[in-house]
Amino acid sequence: MTARVGVVTFPGSLDDKDAARAVALAGAEPVALWHADADLKGVDAVVLPGGFSYGDYLRCGAIARFAPLMSELVPAARSGALPVLGICNGFQILCESHLLPGALTRNSSLRFVNRDQVLRVENTSTAWTNAYDEGQEILVVLKSGEGSYVADEATLDELESSGRVVVRYVGDDPNGSRRGIAGITNEHGNVVGLMPHPEHAVEALTGPSTEGLGFFTSILARLAAGTPVRA
Amino acid sequence: MSEVPGPDTVASAHSSPDTPQPYAELGMAKDEYERVREILGRRPTSAELAIYSVMWSEHCSYKSSKVHLRQFGEKAPENDALLVGMGENAGVVDVGDGRAVTFKIESHNHPSYVEPHQGAATGVGGIVRDILTMGARPVAVMDALRFGPADADDTKRVLPGVVSGISFYGNCLGLPNIGGEIGFGAGYIGNPLVNALCVGVMKHEDIKLAQAPGPGNKVVLFGATTGPDGIGGASVLASATFDDESHAKRPSVQVGDPFMEKLLIECSLELFAEDLVVGIQDLGAAGVSCATTELAAGGTGGMRIQLDRVPLRDHRLTPEEILMSESQERMMAIVEPAKMADFLAVCEKWQILATEIGEVTDVTPEEAERGGRLVMTWHGETVVDMPPRTASDEGPVYERPYARPAAQDALQSDDPAALPRPADDVELREQVLRVLGAPGVGDPSWVTRQYDSYVRGDTVVSTPHDSGMIRIADDSHRGVALATDGNGRYTRLDPYAGTQLAYAEAFRNVAATGARPLAVTNCLNFGSPEDSGVMWQFAESTRGLADACLQLGTPVTGGNVSFYNQTGDVAINPTPVVGVLGVIDDVRTRLRSAFDTDGDRVFLLGETREEFGGSAWADVVHGHLGGLPPRVDLAAEAALGEVLATAADRGLAAAAHDLSDGGLAVALAESALRGGLGLRVSVDGDAFTALFSESAARAVVAVRPGQEEAFLALAADHGVPVAEIGTVGGDALAVTHPGGVVQIPLEELRSAYESALPALMDGV
Repeated sequence: MTARVGVVTFPGSLDDKDAARAVALAGAEPVALWHADADLKGVDAVVLPGGFSYGDYLRCGAIARFAPLMSELVPAARSGALPVLGICNGFQILCESHLLPGALTRNSSLRFVNRDQVLRVENTSTAWTNAYDEGQEILVVLKSGEGSYVADEATLDELESSGRVVVRYVGDDPNGSRRGIAGITNEHGNVVGLMPHPEHAVEALTGPSTEGLGFFTSILARLAAGTPVRA
Repeated sequence: MSEVPGPDTVASAHSSPDTPQPYAELGMAKDEYERVREILGRRPTSAELAIYSVMWSEHCSYKSSKVHLRQFGEKAPENDALLVGMGENAGVVDVGDGRAVTFKIESHNHPSYVEPHQGAATGVGGIVRDILTMGARPVAVMDALRFGPADADDTKRVLPGVVSGISFYGNCLGLPNIGGEIGFGAGYIGNPLVNALCVGVMKHEDIKLAQAPGPGNKVVLFGATTGPDGIGGASVLASATFDDESHAKRPSVQVGDPFMEKLLIECSLELFAEDLVVGIQDLGAAGVSCATTELAAGGTGGMRIQLDRVPLRDHRLTPEEILMSESQERMMAIVEPAKMADFLAVCEKWQILATEIGEVTDVTPEEAERGGRLVMTWHGETVVDMPPRTASDEGPVYERPYARPAAQDALQSDDPAALPRPADDVELREQVLRVLGAPGVGDPSWVTRQYDSYVRGDTVVSTPHDSGMIRIADDSHRGVALATDGNGRYTRLDPYAGTQLAYAEAFRNVAATGARPLAVTNCLNFGSPEDSGVMWQFAESTRGLADACLQLGTPVTGGNVSFYNQTGDVAINPTPVVGVLGVIDDVRTRLRSAFDTDGDRVFLLGETREEFGGSAWADVVHGHLGGLPPRVDLAAEAALGEVLATAADRGLAAAAHDLSDGGLAVALAESALRGGLGLRVSVDGDAFTALFSESAARAVVAVRPGQEEAFLALAADHGVPVAEIGTVGGDALAVTHPGGVVQIPLEELRSAYESALPALMDGV
C-alpha cells in the first residue's frame, strides 16, 4: 500500500505544491489537508510546508498553531505516533505549538536570504532522515527572513547532548542561528523541524541538487518497515 | 470639526450650475473640464468630477502617448499566437498544448521614490492583479530597476527600500522572482524606476475579460476594505470636511498587504474554476472609478452602483474619496444572481470580504449612443449619472508637439573614439576589473538574494542567467522564458536605435537560454511629455520598437507608459524597458551562462566592430556619454537567436551567454565565475576593441569537444559569423592577443565583481 503523506495548506502557505511534488517524487501519495478541517484523513505522516501562514502576523506560525487541523495533529505528533516534518514556516509552527523547543527569529542580516545551502546531517535515526549517512553533507535551498534558531543555553545543551540536532549549516553562517542549527527533532524522533527547504532540491532541473529527496524517501522507508516510532 | 455637508448630487448640479469646481487642482485642463460639462449637459457633480479627473489623467488615459502607441497595433506582425492584444489588462499569447500565457510590465516609479518599500511592494501587487484578472494563475515576477548613483545618499534610502518592498510582497505571494535588471545613473536620483513584470499561465478557455454583460447581473466588490490611502486629488474635493492638517497626514502612497493578495489570488482562481464570474476587473489606479466605468463600458453600458455599500476602513470617507481611493488588494466581479450564493461561499472559504454594491442595467438606444449610463447613489441620492464610455474610452487625446532637441547633434558628434584608450596590458587589465565591478554591471546578488526564486518548484533558469525560465505545467516539458532590458544611455544617444537595442538584447537573452522569442511587453519611462524634446524621444522610441517588432514577428501585447520622470527641467535618460517572452518546447534543453566543464570549447558568435558610444567602458572609465550607440541589425539578431535556440534543441551547446554591457570582457568573466573555472581565450586584432566593444547581435557559447564541427555548420547555415576563441579551464581568465596577454585570476575577478554593491549598501 502506498504511504499517504498529508500536506497542510494554511492561508498563506506557499510551498505546499512543492512539498506535495516532493512527496510524489519519493513514491508516496500526497494528500491535501486544509487548515480549517479538523481531519487528518487518516494519513500516515504530515508535512507542514513553507510560506507565510496568516501573513506571519503577530509572529511567524503563531496563528497557524490554533488552526482546527492542529488540534488533531498536535496530540498525535506529541505522542510519537504521527511523523511530522515542518519546513521553514512549518518549523516555526512546530515551535509555536511547543512540539519543538526554541524559536525562529529575524535573520541576523535583517534581510530575507535566498541561497543554495550546504547542511550536515547529524542525526540519521529520525523518521525523516534515515536515508542519509551520519555526517553526510547535502546541498538544499535556504530561503527565509526569520530563520535564526534561538533557544536558551540549557535547551541548546540538551538538544546537543541528546542528539536532537538533526542538521547544521556548513560554511558561513547564513542567518545567526545558535550553534549553526538548521533543524531539530523531538524526543521521539517523529517530529522534525527544518529551516532550509529540502523539497526544492528534488529535481536536477529546478533545484541545486536532488539531495533533499532523502527526507521524503526516509519517511517512506520508515512507514514501509512498519517500524513503530519510539513511543 | 465642521458639520459634514450633504453630497453634491445631480439635482444640486442642475440647480447650481455656476458653483466653482476645483478641476485645476485635480489636474484637469480647462478645456477638459468644459468637455465634461458638454458631455453631461451640466456641471459635473463632485463625484463625477472625481471620476473624470482620474480616468482622464495621463496615467489612466494615455492621452499624450496614445497617438504613438497606436503603431504597436497598426504595425503588429501577423501572429497566430496572439489571443488577446493590447487594450485589455494584459495581452495573452498561445504557447501550445491548449495553454496560454499572459504577461505585462508596469511602472511604479513615483510612489517608489516617495516611499520606496510600500511603493515597490504595491507595484508588484498591482501587476500581479492585472495578470490574475485575465483568468491566469500568476507564476513568476521580475523587475527592472534604476537608481541614482550607487554611492549617492538618497540611493542608500531608495534602493534598500525598493528591494525590501519587492522581497516582502513577492515572497509573501509565493511567486518566484526569476530575473530582471538593475542599473544606476545620475538622472535617476529623485526619479528611480521600478518596473514590475508578472507572467501568468492559463488554459485558452479560461481567458477572462473586463466586461459586464447581462442586465440584472450583480456587481460585487471583493477583497480588502476601502480606505483613504492612495487618494491624490480627492482631498481637494473633500476640503470642506477636513482641515488641511488632517489631509497632510493622509498617505498618498498605498500600503500593501500581500497576505490579503495571496488569499485574493487563490479565491479568484477558485471562482474562475467554478465558473462563478462573467466579468472581472482589478482595482488599481483610479480604484472604483476605473473598475466601474471600464466594466460598464465593456458590457451593456449600463450599471447602477450603491456607493454607500462599499465597505470602508474609515467611515468618514466621502463618495469622491471612495471613487478615487487606490486601496490595494481589491477586485470587482460581475456575477449572475443565481450564482451569488456559491460566489459568496468561495469568498467565505478564503476569508475574503465580498459585497454586492450594484447591478448591470439595460440602456436605451439613446443612452447607448451617448456612451452608456452609469448611475451611482449615496444613501438614496444620485451623485453620478454619466455615460461611462466617455470616461473609460473617450478621454482626451493629445498630439503633443515634438522636435529633435538642438543639443542632439552635439551629443552624437561627441565621438568616444577620441577617448584615451588603455596604453598597455596593465591598464587594460585594470579597466576590465573596473568595468566588471561597476554598479549595474557587477554582481546584483545583494539585491536578488532577497528574492525567493525557487517557490512553486518550476523555475528552470533564473538570476543571474540570461533569462528567467519556468516550466508551465506538471504534465509537459514546455516552458516560457522572459527577459527585460533597457539601456538609457543608448536611447539618449539615439532613441530609435536605442529602443531597438533594448528589444534586441531581451530577444537575445531569451534565445541564449534556448527559447524562441514570441511576444513583447514594454514599460516606457520618459520625462515630461510637455517637453518637445522628450516627446521626440518618445515618438522615436515607439517607432523604433514597433518597427523592430514588425520585422522580427513579435507583437507588442501590452505595456505601460510612465511620463514625468524628471527633476525640474532635467529628464531621465529615456528608458524604454522591453520585455520579451519566448517559448521552449522542452525545458530540459535549456541553457545557462555558466561555463562549468573543463575542456569545453568557447565560440564567439557575431561580428565585433569599434562601437563604444554609450558603452559601459565609456561610462565607467571616462564618465562619457556621446556618439552613436551600436549599430542595429535585426536580421542578424534573428539569425543569432535561431542559432542559439537550435543549438539548445540539438544539444550542440553546453552553455551560452549574450554580450551586452561591458562586451566580451564582462561576458567571459561572468561565464567563468558562474562556472567556477577559468578561460583561455585568444583574440585577433586590437584587444581593447575585442574586449570592450558593445556591438550587438553577439553571444559566447561553450561547446563540448567533438561537437565543434556541427556547431560551426549550424552557425554557417544561418549566416552568423563565428570564431572559436578558446577553451574552458584553469583558474584565471587569460586573454591572449597579438600584442601580449591579459590574465586575471578568478579570485581577483570575483572580488571585483562581487564586492561593489555590498560595500556600498551594507551598513545602511
